[in-house]
Amino acid sequence: MEVLMAKYNYFLYILLMAIGLWGMIAKNNLVKKIVGMGIFQTAIILFYVSTSVKKGASIPILAHAHAGDAHHAVDVSLISNPLPHVLMLTAIVVGVATLGLALALIQKIYQEYHTIEEDEILEALNK
Amino acid sequence: MNISTQLPALIVVIPLLSALIMAVVTLNKKAWAWPIAVAALGGALWAALGTLCMVIHSGPIQYRLGGWAPPYGIEYRIDHLSAMVLLVISLVAFLAAIFSKESIKKEILEKRNHFYTIFVLATTGLLGMTITGDAFNLYVLLEITSLTTYSLLAFGGGRAYFATFNYLIMGTIGACLYLLGVGYLYIKTGSLNMLDLFQLLPALADSKTILIAFIFIQVGLWIKMAFFPLHGWLPNAYSNAPIATAVLVAPLMTKVTIYIMIRVMFFVFSADYVFSMFYGTFFMVSAAAVAILVGSFYALSQTDIKRMLTYILIAEVGYMVGGAWLGNPQGLSGSIYHIAADAIMTLTVFLALGSIAFKTGSTKIQDMGGIFKKMPITMAIFLVGAAGMVGIPPFCGFFSKWYLITGGIDAGQWFFVIALLISSLVNAIVFFRIIEVGYFGDVESHTHVSYKRDEAPLTMLIPGLISVGLVLGMGLYTREIMVFLVDPIIRSIF
Repeated sequence: MEVLMAKYNYFLYILLMAIGLWGMIAKNNLVKKIVGMGIFQTAIILFYVSTSVKKGASIPILAHAHAGDAHHAVDVSLISNPLPHVLMLTAIVVGVATLGLALALIQKIYQEYHTIEEDEILEALNK
Repeated sequence: MNISTQLPALIVVIPLLSALIMAVVTLNKKAWAWPIAVAALGGALWAALGTLCMVIHSGPIQYRLGGWAPPYGIEYRIDHLSAMVLLVISLVAFLAAIFSKESIKKEILEKRNHFYTIFVLATTGLLGMTITGDAFNLYVLLEITSLTTYSLLAFGGGRAYFATFNYLIMGTIGACLYLLGVGYLYIKTGSLNMLDLFQLLPALADSKTILIAFIFIQVGLWIKMAFFPLHGWLPNAYSNAPIATAVLVAPLMTKVTIYIMIRVMFFVFSADYVFSMFYGTFFMVSAAAVAILVGSFYALSQTDIKRMLTYILIAEVGYMVGGAWLGNPQGLSGSIYHIAADAIMTLTVFLALGSIAFKTGSTKIQDMGGIFKKMPITMAIFLVGAAGMVGIPPFCGFFSKWYLITGGIDAGQWFFVIALLISSLVNAIVFFRIIEVGYFGDVESHTHVSYKRDEAPLTMLIPGLISVGLVLGMGLYTREIMVFLVDPIIRSIF
């Protein structure tokens, strides 16, 4: 129970990931699959970002540092880790590109079969 | 400034910039797309060749992008293994680009400028994946490769859209699992640089987080490489694609992912860590044997050559995964050698099949009647590729199987050895069936096939003949390849 309370955010991401994965695999509607994919990717992005959080830490910008004295001591426990944010910016871009491509494909599938329900498409394919 | 010190960066920069320039330049002049693509891939081939020579001459190269020292900056790290894979990728892409000239004009004339832009970008992604020494950079390039591959496959139209959509869903799950695994490694070690991780991880060998990270990364890569039972997306996606896409994607995509798997297993984690796992070797080698058997038997039941080859691809994935997990130098040598050999052999077969599809418009086995009379040179190319896949000496397929089988015997994995032998037999059966129909098949019932000689254009034949030379050359110079490229890698692992 203590673990659950202390690390509740991670359990939330596991739940989100499971929902996303279920949506991608079990849903019949192609757009709903894409929504599941979005939830799945967002869960991972949240997971990364929350690893950078420290209690009582501030944003990673040095307020009074000038170009010359970049070497002065910084207490890292007062600054949250910026690297996961930067990584996730890239991951978000990848996610957007995937989403765009998937929607374009769905549009093409709709033009081809006049439906976006998976079972109806499979029926048309097996005809 | 000496250009040779910049060669590792040029491998990626030349095709990347060419793709961007091409996207703009070819908007009004579609005919320029093919020459620019061939020139860009030729440039990458030149850089990869130069890098390979440097690596053989003076050992692994480290290249710091922007001069930032690792582990803070992204580093390119080229050892013998990655130099070999880089050369294979750029060579296959170059030949595939030359080959595609006529078939693209026939299949997607109006959008061929977009096709070539994405084609070159896909090659950039593959090269970048191979060359990078940074685990997160690898994820980004993996997704660049996947996204461009989805678009290339979807150029097939019709059935290809739905098949590609399924691939996209599966591929995204795979990439996300990889990303999650990298996240776990980052939490535990605070590093994303592969070499840095390799040095940090032994101290954490007992951690459950590290084990979960390893499993997530492996499962993610298995989905991407279509390792049975995660192969469901591959046959439909590849068999509905335009022939020019299949020629690029089929030889490279699975093989590069297997290279990534080997890299993660031995250069991020270590051989000690991987093979100390509870029954890991036994479980994985058995799974690989099952993959080989299932792929082979599905190949046996196909009536379309393109579809049959996609199932052989799945069986070949089993070869390499099994070889890597055998845990002895013989098996891993076979696996690494087979990455290059299988890429070249698959290219050869697909080039020949592409020419046939271009001329006759069909890839069904029953339509192959009289094809030897009609396209003798193409069928000669096909026969060499097929003989390589069956494993007839002196073609390169024989030697990779030899190493894999001796490795399997050394490790006492008899199930794997038997699966390899059965797979060779099945390959022989499926290819001889095509030869039988091609020689003795009934021509009269199919009006569109005649005995008249009608060979594919030169831009299709020349890449095919070059790849035939490579299949033969790789087989004849197996000893040199082993001594100069594979052995240094094996020595650094075991």
